[in-house]
Amino acid sequence: MDWLTDHKLPLGDWMEAFVDWLTWNAAGFFDAIAISLEWVILSLVDVFLWFPPWALIALVAAMAWGLHRKLTLTIFSVAALLLILNMGYWTEMVQTLVLVLTATSLSVLIGIPVGILAAHKRWVYTILRPILDLMQTIPTFVYLIPTLVLFGLGVVPGLISTIIFAIAAPIRLTYLGISRVPEELLEAGKAFGASNTKLLFKVELPAAMPSIMAGVTQCIMLSLSMVVIAALVGADGLGKPVIRALNTVNISQGFEAGLAIVLVAIILDRICKKPGSKEEI
Amino acid sequence: MAAVEIKDLDVVFGNNQAQTLSLIDQGLSRQEILEKTGDVVGVQGASLSVNEGEICVLMGLSGSGKSSLLRAVNGLNAISRGSLEVQDGDNSVDLAHCNAPTLRHLRSKRISMVFQKFALMPWLSVVDNVAFGLEMQNVGKKERRRRALEKLEMVGLAEWQDKFPHELSGGMQQRVGLARAFTMDSDILLMDEPFSALDPLIRAQLQDELIELQERMKKTILFVSHDLDEALKIGSHIAIMESARIIQHGKPEDIVLNPSNAYVEDFVAHTNPLNVLRGRSLMTPVSEGERSGGSLTLNANENSEVLLEQGCPVGAKRGAESLTLTHWDESESLDKVGKDMLMVTTPEVSMRNAIELRYRSGQPVLLAEDDKLVGMLSDRDFYHALLGKHFTQSTDSEADAA
Repeated sequence: MDWLTDHKLPLGDWMEAFVDWLTWNAAGFFDAIAISLEWVILSLVDVFLWFPPWALIALVAAMAWGLHRKLTLTIFSVAALLLILNMGYWTEMVQTLVLVLTATSLSVLIGIPVGILAAHKRWVYTILRPILDLMQTIPTFVYLIPTLVLFGLGVVPGLISTIIFAIAAPIRLTYLGISRVPEELLEAGKAFGASNTKLLFKVELPAAMPSIMAGVTQCIMLSLSMVVIAALVGADGLGKPVIRALNTVNISQGFEAGLAIVLVAIILDRICKKPGSKEEI
Repeated sequence: MAAVEIKDLDVVFGNNQAQTLSLIDQGLSRQEILEKTGDVVGVQGASLSVNEGEICVLMGLSGSGKSSLLRAVNGLNAISRGSLEVQDGDNSVDLAHCNAPTLRHLRSKRISMVFQKFALMPWLSVVDNVAFGLEMQNVGKKERRRRALEKLEMVGLAEWQDKFPHELSGGMQQRVGLARAFTMDSDILLMDEPFSALDPLIRAQLQDELIELQERMKKTILFVSHDLDEALKIGSHIAIMESARIIQHGKPEDIVLNPSNAYVEDFVAHTNPLNVLRGRSLMTPVSEGERSGGSLTLNANENSEVLLEQGCPVGAKRGAESLTLTHWDESESLDKVGKDMLMVTTPEVSMRNAIELRYRSGQPVLLAEDDKLVGMLSDRDFYHALLGKHFTQSTDSEADAA
């Protein structure tokens, strides 16, 4: 046994060498990504903050009413946002919202095509499955370190870590939805002369839509659960006051910031859920 | 002209096609082939010719290969060997060697399909479902809605156009499936047990509607069914399949009268012959009737007979009383038939109508062709057919001996 402990495998060193190699050789590439993503997020935050709070509150209320026609949801959304405004976390709330929405959009943009590919090509899914498992089980802090090294401090490593954590949901649920399209619907499509593209857009995607939408909603929730961790590497938002409260053992600040996160989560979840989802087939 | 011409067709499901085909040639059974290669033989050595305007019913138990054969016609099942030619204008296309664009062309212009479990798109409204095939061909929204609505009216569902499939009953859903196939305006229709998932009353109703629509539209229909009554009702030809082979192909009446083996006989024994059999195959021919001078005995007990002059029936009497001869053909109402009228009709009369004539008049039914008496139908002939004794010659003679 001594022999085994004496000859330690340098796994960690290899990983470090790999990350070093990346920073040396592809620094320009990662910097470009970091700069452009940072620009997108900061501009979006500016745009949202340019609107007076009441305008955004009215917009959310209109969405709640327009999509769901539920008075309770509309009143709750308005009350929750007013409370966040009252607690003084409006700017942080907007920053968090932008981070979550950007992470979700990128995850969906990458995840849905990958999910479709995995459903169509068996070998893609065979390769993908362990990678997805890894991305969801590896402790977040572990990949926070290399992303920090590669992208520098700020909102971008937070965004990338969020995507790594959340992208599995749209991939998996798109894969599930597409591979569970009833055989008879596919046959009907083929029997009526559908080309492969038509089959994808007119049969497979509509049939898989409930599952894909569930993936998007899940992705939003997973992204939101990453705000505190993103704050650790310098992403602005509701995570920051939580970290500050933790460092200073400030119970009141911690409670208020935490409450704000929960309220945002509830609003996003209720508004994004597919209207009339009991009718799901 | 044959719309679909199938020759020596084999359909094999599995990855060892070549090996399986050579095993088929060696005469191994389906089960043996499955054990040796893991392949399933769907269709084996099928030859079938379906003419334009014909309804050909593929009949058999589940697993007999009828659906596999049907699905080969529009390329949903790949053909392993043999040829399957579909008429396309002046050309014919062999499905066994045809590229993807040709196959798509056939599917969108020549062949449409109706599915057993309807296979409607749950996210599309009824009218959009009917227009689905046109959407695949990039027909504009307005145009395809117009054409879809036309066909929806034909199946009587125009006012349901904006509903969704799950809001409709099974029978209505299958009508939507029919309309979807009709909208393609293709000449060949494949129907894969379209009415099996429906309850019996709705099934009978849809069968009648199909027959009625077919009279107007004259499509070539390949229809899969496991129900011989259904096959006899709607088929102009029937092909019976057993373990991947076609074992008998012919007109409904031929199948009922001359089943080629015990398997078909078994089917036929459980079927209702009333709508299938015609007078000619049931009757006692004039030549076998009991004659006395210029007249033919109808019923020896009642002492009734029909008078013949050069083979034509000219009068009839029972004892001293004379009976009236009345001509009837199948377009006429049965209400005019009264007690003790001696009915004369064509040998093509259906068994159901012949029994009705016999029942209303209380007399045997005479069958005449070109005014000449060819035979007559009495109770014995009817019982014979109802008991299914008309095709088993051996049983027949036994019964006679007894």
